[in-house]
Amino acid sequence: MLKIENLHATVDGKQILRGIDLEVGAGEVHAIMGPNGSGKSTLAAVLAGRDGYEVTAGRALYQGQDLLALAPEDRARQGVFLAFQYPVEIPGVGNAYFMRAALNATRKARGEEEVDAIDFLELIKSKMQLLEMNQALLSRSVNEGFSGGEKKRNEILQMAILEPVLAILDEVDSGLDIDALRVVASGVNGLRTPDNAVVLVTHYQRLLNYIVPDFVHVMDEGRVLRTGGKDLALELESRGYDWVTQGAGTGVTA
Amino acid sequence: MSSTDLLDDLTRREYPHGFVTSIEDDQAPPGLNEDIVRLISKKKNEPEFLLEWRLKAFRHWLTMEEPVWWPKVSYPRIDYQSIIYYSAPKPKKQLKSLDEVDPELLRTFEKLGIPLQEQQRLSNVAVDAVFDSVSVATTFKDKLKEMGIIFGSFSEAVREHPELIQQYLGSVVPYTDNYFAALNSAVFSDGSFCYIPPGVRCPMELSTYFRINAANTGQFERTLLIAEPGSYVSYLEGCTAPMRDENQLHAAVVELVALGNAHIKYSTVQNWYPGDKDGKGGIYNFVTKRGRCAGKGSRISWTQVETGSAITWKYPSCILQGDDSVGEFYSVAVTANRQQADTGTKMIHIGKNTKSTIISKGISAGRGQNTYRGAVKVLKGADGARNYSQCDSLLMGDRCGAHTFPYLDVRNPTATIEHEASTSKIGEDQLFYCRQRGLSEEDAVSMIVNGFCKEVLRELPMEFAVEAQKLLGLSLEGSVG
Ligand SMILES: Nc1ncnc2c1ncn2[C@@H]1O[C@H](COP(=O)(O)OP(=O)(O)OP(=O)(O)O)[C@@H](O)[C@H]1O
Ligand SMILES: [Mg+2]
Repeated sequence: MLKIENLHATVDGKQILRGIDLEVGAGEVHAIMGPNGSGKSTLAAVLAGRDGYEVTAGRALYQGQDLLALAPEDRARQGVFLAFQYPVEIPGVGNAYFMRAALNATRKARGEEEVDAIDFLELIKSKMQLLEMNQALLSRSVNEGFSGGEKKRNEILQMAILEPVLAILDEVDSGLDIDALRVVASGVNGLRTPDNAVVLVTHYQRLLNYIVPDFVHVMDEGRVLRTGGKDLALELESRGYDWVTQGAGTGVTA
Repeated sequence: MSSTDLLDDLTRREYPHGFVTSIEDDQAPPGLNEDIVRLISKKKNEPEFLLEWRLKAFRHWLTMEEPVWWPKVSYPRIDYQSIIYYSAPKPKKQLKSLDEVDPELLRTFEKLGIPLQEQQRLSNVAVDAVFDSVSVATTFKDKLKEMGIIFGSFSEAVREHPELIQQYLGSVVPYTDNYFAALNSAVFSDGSFCYIPPGVRCPMELSTYFRINAANTGQFERTLLIAEPGSYVSYLEGCTAPMRDENQLHAAVVELVALGNAHIKYSTVQNWYPGDKDGKGGIYNFVTKRGRCAGKGSRISWTQVETGSAITWKYPSCILQGDDSVGEFYSVAVTANRQQADTGTKMIHIGKNTKSTIISKGISAGRGQNTYRGAVKVLKGADGARNYSQCDSLLMGDRCGAHTFPYLDVRNPTATIEHEASTSKIGEDQLFYCRQRGLSEEDAVSMIVNGFCKEVLRELPMEFAVEAQKLLGLSLEGSVG
């Protein structure tokens, strides 16, 4: 589904990604871990097409096509979803209105009929129930004044509405209390199908207890240093990143 | 597309209403002197008192200096002797009904989407259309008349209700008020007049559309709206103009009078030609708008969406004279390309427990300069006066500017004044967030801008709100940076 080869990218002239190779197949869950500043969010931003990130080498194929050539909205409409590490506030724009506009933009691009306000309300309410969300958040402005945990749930709510093919979730677990973590994780699990895939950026094993990864990648300084199975995350949890990053010079990958 | 491309794209955007209608005009020669003032008055068969008033205004105007002090607005000096002060589409005879209006003119209004035609009369808006300087048609007149509502052209009101004109003309904006008001008082040619009798709730939106057509003409319309005790009226004003190389002057005066417990809601969507990307040929919009809450518990609400004109200079104001009266000002002003806007409001609290609310949203893109100037004045006797002001600016790109100047003059210690201000940049992160969810860049901009303006847009009557939202999207198309 997604094949990243030798991806290099700069931000403001600063080299951040220095040769990423990663392959994600349908039905898989990949966890990306790594110290702060190692480039995880940058990778997510490049894949989603954020302005200001310049790809200097390498490529990314998504469903066989050149992902990096597409405008951000076209990537989204073709099923690439990014849950933001820091969800953005949009004052004055109603949350439900925003999500319906997003869903309809995607549906329209696919030649599907738009969903009217009434049907949409039903849809979104059922999804909110699954995520145990307060419905008052529907009529508030997008993310404005939401608590950290509410913002994260709101990201997953959008994922549930848009039903992406490739979901990149950047630290959806940070800021969640223990119960919320369980709810959000089961929400994500509920959305998994044999045809879609999830890339989870996280620092903590506790999320991976709920959403069990098929692969775990450890990034540092813009590279994937090591790839392993779910046990790699457990090992990181007990031994820390140093254990992997120290060996960086040898360029070990499992 | 990069930000620079988008900005360039914006500057190439064309004004969709920029067509010229070919109609024979009945024009005065260019220039201004007492003879022209007399000519205008004579053309309109005006009573003596009005001619006298015009002449007094003209003589006063001669003693005044054009304001040059605005720190944030600049433009080449206007040559007042090259302007034509009277231009009327030549009528074949006295117009009695819509059928007699020049079809060319009707087509013009049709192009502008103004509901003058019979089938469109069904839409619940009564329209008075001002073409260059003359009011040409008023729909729904009879229906309104049954309720005692007078709505039509100013000239007609002068003929049919001279006593109302004599009583109220200049009672809110005296001709001595400012340079442009004095000029208007001397040479105004037409405009709209509206009178709502006591206790009557006007059942439809009343609407005036202004269009400047003839070259080198100034448009000086005069609007007077009187709401008797306990009445209500919602009034809409819309404007367009053709593209010209020469800048054209628009100096209108609007006076509102609300008596006891009356409520006047005055909404404007201003879409004059803003000029080309260098600012050439746009409208200079120097307008004096003021309302007097004369009676106890009266209320005047100004709502405006200003997207057009090369230069806008405008401060719809409220004089809160009656006890418990309420003044409101909701404004969105957009400046793109080289547009300049200096707008704001004045709230003058005179009566006890008077209340005012000011919500101003300024959006600047391209090289636009947006200035908010708001004055809140609380006089000695205004016990318990309250004001809440909120001024927010949104910047798109880094070549534009936003400036906020609140002026406070509070002479009563029991007054409560609150002021909030913010400036934000339309964030790359907001745009990216929207686009990541599948929204096109244009939809994203329009969504963010509309969100920013929400508190103002929701004050507009429904049909106008839709138009205003489209206009905002259009004005800012591609202006992301
Ligand atoms: N606009 C920018 N200009 C310069 N450096 C930047 C810019 N954006 C990101 N960086 C740098 O790129 C590096 C990678 O940042 P990124 O956000 O991808 O890290 P991360 O792995 O997601 O970290 P965290 O775990 O803290 O979220 C950091 O050193 C960051 O400071
Ligand atoms: Mg990060």
